[in-house]
Amino acid sequence: MMMLRRLTALLALVLFSLGVAASPPPPSGVATDSVYAIPALTLRDQQGQVFDFASLRGEPRLVGMFYGSCQMACPLEIEYLKHLQHAVAAKSGKSIPVLLVTFDPSRDDVAMLRKVAGEHQVQPPAFRLARAERGDEGMLAGVLDIAYRQLPGGGFSHNVRVSLLDAQGRIVAATDASGVPDPAFVQAVDKALKNR
Amino acid sequence: MPMISRQFAFVLMLLVSFAAKAADYVAIPAGQFESALAIAGHAAHLRLAAFSMRSEPVTNAEFLAFVKQHAEWRRGQVPSLLAGSSYLSQWQGPLEPGASILPDQPVTQVSWFAARAYCDSEQARLPNWYEWEYVSAADATRADARRDPARNQELLSAIQGASGNLPGVIGTGPANVYGVRDLNRLLWEWTGDYAAMFPNADARVPGSVANLALCGGSALAFADKNQYALMMRVAALTALRPADTASRVGFRCVRDPKGK
Repeated sequence: MMMLRRLTALLALVLFSLGVAASPPPPSGVATDSVYAIPALTLRDQQGQVFDFASLRGEPRLVGMFYGSCQMACPLEIEYLKHLQHAVAAKSGKSIPVLLVTFDPSRDDVAMLRKVAGEHQVQPPAFRLARAERGDEGMLAGVLDIAYRQLPGGGFSHNVRVSLLDAQGRIVAATDASGVPDPAFVQAVDKALKNR
Repeated sequence: MPMISRQFAFVLMLLVSFAAKAADYVAIPAGQFESALAIAGHAAHLRLAAFSMRSEPVTNAEFLAFVKQHAEWRRGQVPSLLAGSSYLSQWQGPLEPGASILPDQPVTQVSWFAARAYCDSEQARLPNWYEWEYVSAADATRADARRDPARNQELLSAIQGASGNLPGVIGTGPANVYGVRDLNRLLWEWTGDYAAMFPNADARVPGSVANLALCGGSALAFADKNQYALMMRVAALTALRPADTASRVGFRCVRDPKGK
């Protein structure tokens, strides 16, 4: 019997090393067209706070991606979103929270997130910069129509796209976050906040 | 005692069957490489780090085992945002591929999301384009066979002759110098970064003229204009959205060296 127990333990070890243990399924009760239906993704923000992406369900939100060492497109994206938040507040007196997740988590640690947040003077909960602690941020990129590819020099070829999610996590509008906030997009945000 | 030895034999059998089922990853050494894809109009000279790659694409049998284990990726249960309506549509039922589907055919009609999740389930990831291209440049005797016009013509003919059908079974062609099979002729394979293949041209942004980006953009973005089969592959992949599936698009996974 001793032998058998040892073999069973060995079998368990082999199964574990083969990756048979199941990864966590997405949270239940999420609409199938909701971005919160992606496999579980745990994030950490610029203040070090850890949270599950799916826990953000419940209020409208702007969600996009960026990377910390990005020189042009990402700083512009952040400034665009700050302007947009001001435009929405001026129009409706309400605030729309922003979440930007890095697609370069190996270089963007919390210190880097804090540095970028400091440069742009953005703070949670209104404006969160976050990195994946567990899970696959690539799944988030896919549902948000964000494409990126690391280039030989270490930078990224990528598009900029920020999605307006309703409380359930459905994408109701999107912007390339360039120039000045488009009145139609401000209107869409205003509407989403009223419908919450 | 006979009881114990029977149980022992059973456990041993299980171990052997799992060992046989475990995917075969082969080592790909680090190296210099010139991609056929251009960056800002110039050929990209790359230094690739070592990794390991599945010697074969993921098969129907392997993907069936995955959806048995992960109910959330079964046809009919997967969220629509992660897999379109043709996901695994060639299978008779969500857990029954049916008689016309062979266990050792590469699985196709799988979305990029599902391919990613599958690779994650075996502690691996989708290759990036450069990794895939680096390994696919080899043939049975050469690490870089791309300057051989006969080989390039043969790859193109194989792709053109096969379009539309489900791919055949794995393992009928020779392995390349790394021990990897079925990269170039059998099917097209998702890469992790397939959607961002062209600098300055995003074929996927809604409202942009996707076909124009493919015809103009992809031709311009190729530094080596002799790689027609590769151009067709890139064009085919970048036309897809990540929840889309296609009858000739499957995948294989890669792993980083331990400790990385």
